[in-house]
Amino acid sequence: MSAETNLLDFARGPALEAALIILVFGIFWRLVGVLALPRTRDLSEPRVRHAWLGGVKTIFTRMWPRREFRPRILHWEAVSYIFHIGLAVVILGLVPHILLIRDITGLSWPGLPDGVITFAAGAALISLLALLAHRVTHPVLRQISNFDDYFSWLLVFTPLLTGLMAYYHLGGRYEDLLGLHMLSAELLLAWLPFSKLAHTVFFLFSRGVTGAVYSRRGARI
Amino acid sequence: MTGAETEFPPELDQPRLSVKKPEQRYDKQGEMDDAERLDRAMRGFVHDFGSTAALYMESCVHCGQCAEVCQYYVQTGDPKYTPIWKLEPFKQAYKREIGPFAPFFRLFKLKRRVTVQELEEWQELIYDSCTQCGRCTMVCPMGIDIASLVGLARHGMAAAGLVPHELWATVQRAQREGSPLGATPAVLKDRIAWLEDEHGVEIPLDRSQADVLMTISSIEIMKYPQSIVALARIMGRMGESWTFRSDGYEATNFSMFAGDRQGQREASLKLIEAAIAVGAKTLILPECGHAYQALRWQGANLYGRSLPFQVLQITEYLAEGIRQGRLGLQPLQSSATFHDPCQIVRRGGVNEAPREVLRALGVELREMDEHGAYNWCCGGGGGVVTIHRADPLRYKTYQIKMRQVEDTGAEMLVSSCSNCRQTFDDGQAHFHWDKTAQSLLELVADHLVTEQGNS
Repeated sequence: MSAETNLLDFARGPALEAALIILVFGIFWRLVGVLALPRTRDLSEPRVRHAWLGGVKTIFTRMWPRREFRPRILHWEAVSYIFHIGLAVVILGLVPHILLIRDITGLSWPGLPDGVITFAAGAALISLLALLAHRVTHPVLRQISNFDDYFSWLLVFTPLLTGLMAYYHLGGRYEDLLGLHMLSAELLLAWLPFSKLAHTVFFLFSRGVTGAVYSRRGARI
Repeated sequence: MTGAETEFPPELDQPRLSVKKPEQRYDKQGEMDDAERLDRAMRGFVHDFGSTAALYMESCVHCGQCAEVCQYYVQTGDPKYTPIWKLEPFKQAYKREIGPFAPFFRLFKLKRRVTVQELEEWQELIYDSCTQCGRCTMVCPMGIDIASLVGLARHGMAAAGLVPHELWATVQRAQREGSPLGATPAVLKDRIAWLEDEHGVEIPLDRSQADVLMTISSIEIMKYPQSIVALARIMGRMGESWTFRSDGYEATNFSMFAGDRQGQREASLKLIEAAIAVGAKTLILPECGHAYQALRWQGANLYGRSLPFQVLQITEYLAEGIRQGRLGLQPLQSSATFHDPCQIVRRGGVNEAPREVLRALGVELREMDEHGAYNWCCGGGGGVVTIHRADPLRYKTYQIKMRQVEDTGAEMLVSSCSNCRQTFDDGQAHFHWDKTAQSLLELVADHLVTEQGNS
């Protein structure tokens, strides 16, 4: 057995397990650490009853910016959308990914054709590059960005790139590229709970809470 | 001018001379060393830190969209005015001291301690350049309510004695005299006697029992006393049993702006206790944005239990009177645009009432391009209008408002907040603008159908 197959075995075995454990435990820790903080009951007389429904609604309505704000943000919002949809298509549509998810969770669904996956991966990569360029050039983003922003970007970019390379057997032996791809994706999963990438979970809560608070007041949100 | 050269040219075109970059950009209260100041800031900040605020702190993805809707960034292009950046030291402190990974951050020294110098530097961002208008909340893809976080940051700054001087002095006066602008109970009594005389209206004061406790903003007592007459006319027409109380009339709450929690509570308690003392079923708040925020949405929480009376903003009360047919209005042949006070509309939920009242007045309502919950702030909220060094910045943001109003082509500009109104007055004088903001309440009072017409 060569060193390279050992790398792939490591990526498929203990590294995957470790990454998943860190992912689940880390998210759990971060969520509990926040949700366990005291929550004071709002004693003011609500204008609207069942305001939590407004919270649920806001989780969906906040997916798209209001007409009033579009002129200044819609273009970058669109790029961000291309990235998110592209990434979702690649993660959930590629047959080997579905098989891996089936092994872990037992859930399964039909995959998408190769052409669609390649297009989605390419779109995600290009939009990621554009978003990075935006981050390093726009004065606001330069001001507020920190290590997390750039490292998280790298950890999302790498699995996409190595995945495409492995898929098309570009730049190395398939087993090596696949091993690298898996390891980089595992690093991403292990990093996620500690970084801004946790917004994949947190957006539900922060949108929901604000939606409920404003709905309770009868305010638009 | 002669053609002679001078090494020190006079600044003939400058409207106002001032030091652009003073060495000290912050104000300080109290004598204490840096360590204690910092400790107080942090304790003040975390005092009310619940899971909602923590969720917000964990959720920011640094997308920068909040800057694109903030009047300060939009008008200056300076990235330091990015709303979430205004919280940076407190975000650092949260991650280091409270967050779920705080021990980890401390152990590996990933987040250093915030310094007093940073807080001093941030004073301008937390006070001078945030009206807590909450426009950023409406755009944030994570739904972070940044304005409420600025409120928590102000708690920390006030505890550490790091409030801009004029705002601090205003609060001191409010706590000492019962009014931030010198509208003491004696002034109120005198004012009411004078107005009753002058206008021939009855303005009940200090009745022992009444269904409605009326409150007033000292901006109105001192600057817009005709509002008090308008209130009296309307209450008379409504046939309501009502009163002002000299032990609970001041609706403004500048302590809330400054971040003085104790002061905020005491100001609210005065109103609550006065309402209970007269057995009021309803407490009416005047045309004042933050008064509504302070009592309607925060009052019960500071009181510690739900309030035994309902709290209404005067516009809600007017709309109710119109709906019930108790307030008949003469049509007003004019077009008007309505400026939405942030704390009443966007953050208060009173969206429709002012429009209902304007429709009843028969005006042709010409909405601004961005209105209602998406309105631009007048620039004077959050205590900003009291801070003199913030004036140049405030005039910049005010220009958005002027443009918005001009674009509607409406003949009248109407609002329902006396703090907005004084900001409009000040901006109008500064820019020699021909638009004067009018009070919705006074418009209604001036257009009540006459008693004969009513019968």
